[in-house]
Amino acid sequence: MSADQSPKIVIVDESPIRAAILEEGLREAGFTAVVHISEMQGLLARIYALDPDVIVIDLENPSRDVLEQMFQVSRAVRRPIAMFVDQSDAASIQASVEAGVSAYIVDGLKKERIKPILDLCISRFNAFSKLQDELERAKSALEDRKVIDRAKGILMKMKGFTEEEAYVLLRSTAMREKKKIGEIAQSILTASEMLK
Amino acid sequence: MTGALRIGFIPLVDAAALIVAVDNGFTAAEGLDVTLVREVSWSNVRDKLNIGLFDAAHLLAPVAIASSLGIGHVKVPIVAPFNLGINGNAITVSPALHAELMTNLEGDCFDPMATALALARVVAKRRKDGAEPLTFAMTFPFSTHNYQLRFWMAAGGVDPDEDVRLVVLPPSYMVDSLASGHVDGFCVGAPWNSIAVDQGRGHILHFGSDILGHAAEKVLALRQNWAEKNSDVVAALVRACARAADFIEQSRAEAATILARPERIGVSVDIIQRTLDGRLTISRDGTVRASARYLLVGREAARPDPVQAAWLYSQMVRWGQTPLSADALRTAMGVFRQDIYEAILGPAGANVANDGIGAFAGPPFEPTDIAAHLKAFKVGRWKA
Repeated sequence: MSADQSPKIVIVDESPIRAAILEEGLREAGFTAVVHISEMQGLLARIYALDPDVIVIDLENPSRDVLEQMFQVSRAVRRPIAMFVDQSDAASIQASVEAGVSAYIVDGLKKERIKPILDLCISRFNAFSKLQDELERAKSALEDRKVIDRAKGILMKMKGFTEEEAYVLLRSTAMREKKKIGEIAQSILTASEMLK
Repeated sequence: MTGALRIGFIPLVDAAALIVAVDNGFTAAEGLDVTLVREVSWSNVRDKLNIGLFDAAHLLAPVAIASSLGIGHVKVPIVAPFNLGINGNAITVSPALHAELMTNLEGDCFDPMATALALARVVAKRRKDGAEPLTFAMTFPFSTHNYQLRFWMAAGGVDPDEDVRLVVLPPSYMVDSLASGHVDGFCVGAPWNSIAVDQGRGHILHFGSDILGHAAEKVLALRQNWAEKNSDVVAALVRACARAADFIEQSRAEAATILARPERIGVSVDIIQRTLDGRLTISRDGTVRASARYLLVGREAARPDPVQAAWLYSQMVRWGQTPLSADALRTAMGVFRQDIYEAILGPAGANVANDGIGAFAGPPFEPTDIAAHLKAFKVGRWKA
């Protein structure tokens, strides 16, 4: 790799969405040589065939241990690779592990060149987690709403409440019991199921 | 005393004492509030312990040493005041390779020297026929699995770096890789060998204890500086693990039920029970082999032995992972903190092997002269 060329980056990730987000970010930042590997069978052989300068892998991937082999000197390993660890930069290791991503570099690649790649991976991984959390929250909000609607229906039927009155009762009970309104609604559903 | 701890583990049977200590309330009884975090790779366990996301971990014994020496990764001094497992690995081969080995075997199939020589004949024949070299998998470069596999092959004259392919594979991929033919054999801990046999995809060739009578496998690992600042927490954790180790000895069935839970090891109670009993089905035809030394997770396994650490270090030297140095040897031996264990629990635990290792080949291990010891082995990367 010459100094002005974009380093070749391999992304090892079984999540196609996260890999796409990362790939897009890297391309936008000018790293054009990016390859995504999603198949873990024969991983090392594929990596050697691609001969990358940087390898990025997510921490949920058991194959991280396969990459550790690349630090070893043996016949199976043709080009020694090191994990991106900078003893002086504990914060960056912390940030990367917390974000759930890890980067490996070919020996000799300058720290200044890997740092922006790693920073970008960290921010994209964090963005992906946030997206996932939001999706989870939206899903559970939707679930809650369904449960609340059913609980309201039960209260309306059994107590002759209007929808408004049923909701007020759910909400005031939730406040009194210091619980979420969805939890109160769920307990009404459970109780009515048991009393059937 | 700060009682809230996060402890990482890999779903393997040798995490038994740690899991039972938490799930059976022994850590809570010591005033500790432990959250066990199941991990997917040893790299993750190591890194999260190193940077403090974990306070303690179920860790490969050689990783604790490599971390303390800064081999292959960041240098973070680790202490191991409690041994979670002795032995417990096995070498499993595909039914095809097993048949080939048995054809070439002269002697007892449970004698590792006889099978290593058979392997050497198979390897030579494949080379002559122009066939692809055999591929063997193990779990991590710094693992007892790696060193056991290498020790066994090399005793028969097979160079693990030249004559076969030796690759790292996550335990959960081993069985599939054997079935698909990507690997011909592997060395891994429980329950994976039994799973391969149960699925009809593998034959257990050797228990790890055939190769080394007494091998430190997993330790309870803590960062040295953290352990020094939190000695009362360490003592409480060690006491809880010791109680759990006793419990496992006395109530294996109950322990197996705890360990089998999906959020812990997540395999059938039966497989875990067989593992704890050292009674393994080794072949598709249902042949059972029993050994009381297959896996030790009770109190007899618990006391750290610096001689074990020295042996693991000697293998790192033998296979070119690190140069030999007296300082490094001292550091390695200092990772296995027998002194902390004995200060908390008193002296206990007999080591059956005379030299502390009980290897099937070579001279008795001599931790005071590793250079002389390694010279006795023909195959290796280390040169005097």
